[in-house]
Amino acid sequence: MPISGRVMPLLEVNNIETYYDSFIEAIRGISIEVKEGQIVTVLGSNGAGKTTLLRTISRVLNDDQPEKGTIEFMGKRIERTDPEKIVRLGISHVPEGRQLFPRLTVQENLRMGTYIRRKDHDLDSDYARVFGHFPVLKDKKSQRAETLSGGEQQMVAIGRALMSRPKLLLLDEPSLGLSPLIVDEIFRIIKKINEEGTAILLVEQNAHRALNVAAFGYVLENGRIVLSDTTKRLEEQEDVKEFYLGITKDGSIKGYKRYKRKKRWR
Amino acid sequence: MIIQQIISGLALGCVYGLIAIGFVLIFKTTAVINFAQGEIMMLGAFVAFTLITIFNVPFVLAFLLTPIICGGIGILLERVLIRPLVGEPVVSIIIVTIGMSITLRAFAGMIWSYDTLAFPLLFSEETIRISSFVIAPVDISIILVTLGLVILLFLFFKFTTLGISLQSLAQNPLASLLMGVSVKQGYSMTWAISAMVGAVAGMIIAPITFLSVNMGFLGLKAFPAAVIGGFNSIPGALVGGVIIGISENLAGIYLPPWVKDIFAYIVMMAVLMIRPEGIFGTHEQKKV
Ligand SMILES: Nc1ncnc2c1ncn2[C@@H]1O[C@H](COP(=O)(O)OP(=O)(O)OP(=O)(O)O)[C@@H](O)[C@H]1O
Ligand SMILES: [Mg+2]
Repeated sequence: MPISGRVMPLLEVNNIETYYDSFIEAIRGISIEVKEGQIVTVLGSNGAGKTTLLRTISRVLNDDQPEKGTIEFMGKRIERTDPEKIVRLGISHVPEGRQLFPRLTVQENLRMGTYIRRKDHDLDSDYARVFGHFPVLKDKKSQRAETLSGGEQQMVAIGRALMSRPKLLLLDEPSLGLSPLIVDEIFRIIKKINEEGTAILLVEQNAHRALNVAAFGYVLENGRIVLSDTTKRLEEQEDVKEFYLGITKDGSIKGYKRYKRKKRWR
Repeated sequence: MIIQQIISGLALGCVYGLIAIGFVLIFKTTAVINFAQGEIMMLGAFVAFTLITIFNVPFVLAFLLTPIICGGIGILLERVLIRPLVGEPVVSIIIVTIGMSITLRAFAGMIWSYDTLAFPLLFSEETIRISSFVIAPVDISIILVTLGLVILLFLFFKFTTLGISLQSLAQNPLASLLMGVSVKQGYSMTWAISAMVGAVAGMIIAPITFLSVNMGFLGLKAFPAAVIGGFNSIPGALVGGVIIGISENLAGIYLPPWVKDIFAYIVMMAVLMIRPEGIFGTHEQKKV
């Protein structure tokens, strides 16, 4: 919705501060924005506060967090909304480590994604959409989630989140622990989901792929945003190149070399 | 003689099983052992008794109304006594349930007196003779009601969105929250269902044991039943109950009389020595 020439942000996080146990400050004043239909990525190394940021948005931390700041979704303040109501507003969070229901089947896990729409009768098209994105799941839909491979579990986690028909998808390190081939597939689907109209806030350590798929990016360090720009310009930044893409100034690829070395030792 | 003992043991075992299911349901979602489960069963028997003999409610209607009333009592107990303690150590909550059981017994004594009362019978006391052995209709009624209820529970947990959401809450509370499940409502629903199951147990056992505020002590034998079943499985709890019901009756025939009342615990220890996780228990592997 253009208001005075500006696209109104779908999600607007304003200067939030989040604490654990009331003295560990994990987020020290962060502001980010996701516009309608956009993929925005948040990069950062271990412990930077990426997961905490997503959990603050979906309100699953202690009830009194964020300590400071505001979060607006579609123009509505949500930083004090009950956690179970967040998904009803249109925010679906795929948490770190997938967090499936281990002893429910794939189909039942997906069904839980429709919990807020349980009076809806037209769920077939939603299952079809998820199975369209992830055909492997169709053959395994009666299998317990705990019996799936890591990649398949990630697919269920994403599929389950889609079943609520979100406007905004929060993805926490979807590539974690997956083989390059599966990561390719996951990112292909992420792009497709976005093209079908869902905005995505993507937290990643795999900077290469995240910068590739996103339009805008933030770099998080120690609970603060140290860089924010279009992904195109971020990719050009020396610091990003060196610390997140593993490219040294002479242009060699550190990460790749390390990967080859490791392989030879095994 | 033996067959009769087995059938009456089976019936009693079904009741242990239903109380044990109450334990398991609450434990699975909230990690609390509700030691007032036996007293909720006792309440069920008294509520049904009151509806039938004082308000002249027809039998069948009373059998439907009682679980609903007790479900409401379960919700109330959770709301008033348990919810304020969520987040406190589980041990404190368990001790509160012990206090709850004592209080419920005292309340029942005040309302219905401490006398032992006779529960109105739906079936004749006459036994049925089939060839050489005799069966009490009341035992058959207990077994059939239990089977029906367990099937209902199975269908509820397997096929309704509400039932699946309660399973999901037990398996991963964080993820259920992200799906929009209200943890508070889920806990309250769990207490309601477990109180309803307890109420049914009370209604079907009362014709055999008579009504007394001390009926809840049956819960002490349902506890080992739940342990034998693995403490996390509904069919396990039922099987555990049946094992205890039957073996206890057989012990009553063959062993000195004092053994019978502690036999449930002997069986429990024997099972735990062979299978520490219980018959239906699984080693919880946090793979996902
Ligand atoms: N439950 C918790 N209690 C206390 N401190 C926590 C808790 N969870 C996270 N933290 C701290 O908050 C900071 C941010 O953690 P967070 O999990 O958000 O990082 P992250 O960027 O997601 O890291 P990773 O890439 O390893 O997942 C860290 O210093 C961490 O130690
Ligand atoms: Mg993280």
